[in-house]
Amino acid sequence: MTDDLLDFDEALQRYDPVMGLEVHVELGTDTKMFCSCPTVFGAEPNTQVCPTCLGLPGALPVVNGVAVEGAIRIGLALNCEIAEWCRFARKNYFYPDMPKNFQTSQYDEPIAYNGYLDVEVEGQSFRVAIERAHMEEDTGKSTHVGGADGRIHGADYSLVDYNRAGIPLIEIVTKPIEVPGHLAPVVARAYVSELRDLIRALGVSEARMERGQMRCDVNLSLKPKGVAKLGTRSETKNVNSLRSVERAARFEIQRHAAVLSSGGSIVQETRHFHEHDGSTTSGRRKEEAEDYRYFPEPDLVPVAPSRELVEKLGTTLPEMPSVRRRRLVAEWGLSETDMQSVINAGALDLIIATTDLGAPADQARKWWTGELARAANERGTELGDLPVTPAQVARIVELTAAGELTDKLARQVVEGVLAGEGEPDEVVAARGLKVVSDDTALLVAIDEAIAANAAVAEKIRGGNHAAAGVLIGAVMKATRGQADAARVRQLVIERLS
Amino acid sequence: MPSITREEVAHLARLSRLELSDAELDHFAGQLDAIVGAVARVSELPTADVPPTSHALPLTNVYRPDVVRPAGTPVLDRAEVLAQAPAAEDNRFRVPRILGEE
Amino acid sequence: MGADSSSAKSAKSDAAPASGDLLRKSAADLAGLIASGEVSAVEVTTAHLDRIAKVDEKVHAFLHVDADGALAAARAVDADRAAGRPLGPLAGVPLALKDVFTTRGVPTTCGSKILEGWLPPYDATVTRKLREAGVVVLGKTNMDEFAMGSSTENSAYGPTRNPWDLERIPGGSGGGSAASLAAFEAALAIGTDTGGSIRQPGAVTGTVGVKPTYGGVSRFGLVAFSSSLDQGGPCARSVLDAALLHEVIAGHDPLDSTSINEPVPAVVDAARRGAAEGVRGLRIGVVKQFGGEGYAPGVLQRFREAVDVLAGLGAEIVEIDAPSFDYALPAYYLIAPSECSSNLARFDAMRYGLRIGDDGTHSAEEVTALTREAGFGPEVKRRIMLGTYALSSGYYDAYYGQAQKVRTLIIRDFEAAYTKADVLVAPTTPTTAFKIGERADDPMAMYLADLCTIPSNLAGHPAMSVPCGLAPEDGLPVGFQILAPALKDDRMYHVGAALEAALLDRWGHPILEEVPAL
Ligand SMILES: [Mg+2]
Ligand SMILES: [Zn+2]
Repeated sequence: MTDDLLDFDEALQRYDPVMGLEVHVELGTDTKMFCSCPTVFGAEPNTQVCPTCLGLPGALPVVNGVAVEGAIRIGLALNCEIAEWCRFARKNYFYPDMPKNFQTSQYDEPIAYNGYLDVEVEGQSFRVAIERAHMEEDTGKSTHVGGADGRIHGADYSLVDYNRAGIPLIEIVTKPIEVPGHLAPVVARAYVSELRDLIRALGVSEARMERGQMRCDVNLSLKPKGVAKLGTRSETKNVNSLRSVERAARFEIQRHAAVLSSGGSIVQETRHFHEHDGSTTSGRRKEEAEDYRYFPEPDLVPVAPSRELVEKLGTTLPEMPSVRRRRLVAEWGLSETDMQSVINAGALDLIIATTDLGAPADQARKWWTGELARAANERGTELGDLPVTPAQVARIVELTAAGELTDKLARQVVEGVLAGEGEPDEVVAARGLKVVSDDTALLVAIDEAIAANAAVAEKIRGGNHAAAGVLIGAVMKATRGQADAARVRQLVIERLS
Repeated sequence: MPSITREEVAHLARLSRLELSDAELDHFAGQLDAIVGAVARVSELPTADVPPTSHALPLTNVYRPDVVRPAGTPVLDRAEVLAQAPAAEDNRFRVPRILGEE
Repeated sequence: MGADSSSAKSAKSDAAPASGDLLRKSAADLAGLIASGEVSAVEVTTAHLDRIAKVDEKVHAFLHVDADGALAAARAVDADRAAGRPLGPLAGVPLALKDVFTTRGVPTTCGSKILEGWLPPYDATVTRKLREAGVVVLGKTNMDEFAMGSSTENSAYGPTRNPWDLERIPGGSGGGSAASLAAFEAALAIGTDTGGSIRQPGAVTGTVGVKPTYGGVSRFGLVAFSSSLDQGGPCARSVLDAALLHEVIAGHDPLDSTSINEPVPAVVDAARRGAAEGVRGLRIGVVKQFGGEGYAPGVLQRFREAVDVLAGLGAEIVEIDAPSFDYALPAYYLIAPSECSSNLARFDAMRYGLRIGDDGTHSAEEVTALTREAGFGPEVKRRIMLGTYALSSGYYDAYYGQAQKVRTLIIRDFEAAYTKADVLVAPTTPTTAFKIGERADDPMAMYLADLCTIPSNLAGHPAMSVPCGLAPEDGLPVGFQILAPALKDDRMYHVGAALEAALLDRWGHPILEEVPAL
């Protein structure tokens, strides 16, 4: 069933959107939230489980202290207040991939609350107010077997792997976001993007959305222009890329507007987002209102971070991504647009890492947003997933600056590194890519070229330096491209003056 | 205090995943009503300024180091665990089809 | 037991203990005999396994007897002794373990059909400590399903019978553990006490039952009923034996967040000192709220006599008023069911245990509901629904929230009481053992059995029940309860041992010698 959609601009002439974003971040701790099972991505099914995360009778949880510190650091980075005393709570509902049939979470006592995150869109700054950030645990994963298209509908049964069950999650919830309607989808995207950069800068998670390490729910409602009362909202679950966040918000604005403008009403429900066409569809409509029967988790004692600890953690915060961006724009002499393309390419951290190893910023940027961005594109992977490290790029830049590689040779070295041929120096050696910088060797080749092209040589002697190209080409061919063309040109002209 | 009706018991049974028979619904409605009536006595005590107690002892900040399976951790044998499952396949727990989600 | 009732009872008692009878020895004595080599752990274990084979058909204390495991453990103790390796203070002593602690590879049912046939893949911390101490685990004892009940009639596998009178209940939920001691099937037992499930069975079987301070004994591997109240503890035929077992199973466990990270109170020392030195100068508080209507006259009589005994030993008796204790029972029947409704949600037919209706036509949700319907008994269903109700939005504040405030008031009343007294005392139960079936379909009447034991659970304080005689009207055991402040478990052992020694002096023999022959 496809929903009617109202034209985006038309929708915004009649309604103002109000958004709420809920982002779940998996912390990158070595062990789970409440047990000491490892958290390695992609492990064999049900090998990273124990009585606790399998919900076996009798098992008990114990809180991962590093996860609590991670939650506090996220809270501080989001300008939140940190609770002096708070508890975990049980959120009770049945689901087969949730082993205890309650999620250990936090309810009315989150670890962090009342913060904000500033995001920039089209040169304008918007402050997104943060309601809360709380600690909880992830669920297992079901694979559906026997259904026509691999979805649960029509599936005969499911297979459950609990490796992911119990991985620490931080849920970050915004207050209602009200921005000029046409910007709402991009602000949503910018918020998630900014949050992702912040989480990465904190080092608490890789926040890779394609791996589900960061997942976003988009809540959206419309209110007719001039009306203060909030409309009924839809909750679009698991929107798992930046682009999808923007598309989901846009789709829901158009869908809500179509329903409302035709006199219908929005049902409060969860919706599923579809990557292939950017649409959302209705999830199960609950016959009874969800009643999670939250109560304080008796198996865990309260979390009461001392003010000294909070202060100490505050001193560990890195430079915030927005501040860092502004600084780098100035230091590197970039335009805002250049910086935006660096960020969009996912190249910022890689460039910084490369410059930290001594490469000039313009060189580092040239490689990561040029040759390497192209390679990533061709392979269909993220820049960061290419088999090349900032250290390798820095070494290639160093060799080029020292005159040992030409640009052309440097590209071949990169190609070799990407092909798994080893470190840059190994590729240079194996492929024999050193610049021929020995003038004697070059002069031999030049003399051979002059002898073979007497007429051309005569023209050059006559002052026609443009004719030198023929001889340079012959020399480059003879040295298999390993000569520095500028030097060859210089020597040719000297020889024939 | 509200009395517990048969419908209310049916709602509680759904929330608690109990497929009660008709006879049980009637039987439990009467019993739960009596019990709720009796335990509602807790509201007789004045408690306006009394904080609730969720934990018997006032412990706080009990944490575990972020260390994978330190000595003393029970380590499970996957085959032993799956052998106890009602059904397993492909090293996973096999469960009946899950309704309501995509 | 007063002099008046003991003679009447002893006529029924055939199996007066021959001094060499291994079954009647205390755990302390058995451990001594094994350590000195006078008797092997295998002999002791075999004697108990034989006893179980002979009498458990009548008593039904055990749900599972692990003869192979027990003999293997006994052989290991004998081998250690032969090799000159040091033995723990209870090495080789046979013990009955309540079927609510996980035992790797040994069935653990919690008295429920929903866990029939489950072989846990891991050991509870208590189980591990017992094994490491060389204690011989004979098997798993019967209990009310998931520890919900006061009579062991709620076991899905049939009731346990009280060795004093097979038509009567042995208390609950740990009726199997208490009955195994009274029937001389085991020298020691382990129970769990959420609202009295160790102490109340102890009282009605004439045995000693101890609920340690909450957090004193690890709950890891104890299948949860009500997490903030559950506490494992020792059951024994004497205060000293209970203390010895207490020290084996107690101590900090990093796998249990609510475990106390402090040294275990020196309860063995306290028991020895209590028996030797008495209670001169101690202030003993008699709680006014426990007594009066609903209490059997014989229970009150034996209780008062025991208080007099303590006074005679030089204790100062003070009266304690704890008005909030009158609300402990309703608070408990909100808190415990609430926590249980969440704790028992994991029994969903997905990962272990029973599964009903998986025929390809039912969804996971339906299979869960069909399985829980078939796998849980009526008391468990009642409490799950009661707890679900108490936690529901709209009712939370009036029920669960209010119960937690009452809990605070109870703790405050305890704090006030302990400014006037060193320990508090009360009858353990309002009545002696009732007849099987008598309260089966009257939940409120059943709940009254825990009237005197619940306040300690709500406060997390330690408490124990010690036999104080037989009620004149029915000749059945009466329990005397001693309550102490949190972490002061040693104080209660001191008083318990003093009372036990004084009563033994009076009676001339342990009360359990009067148990009729089986
Ligand atoms: Mg959440
Ligand atoms: Zn685990």
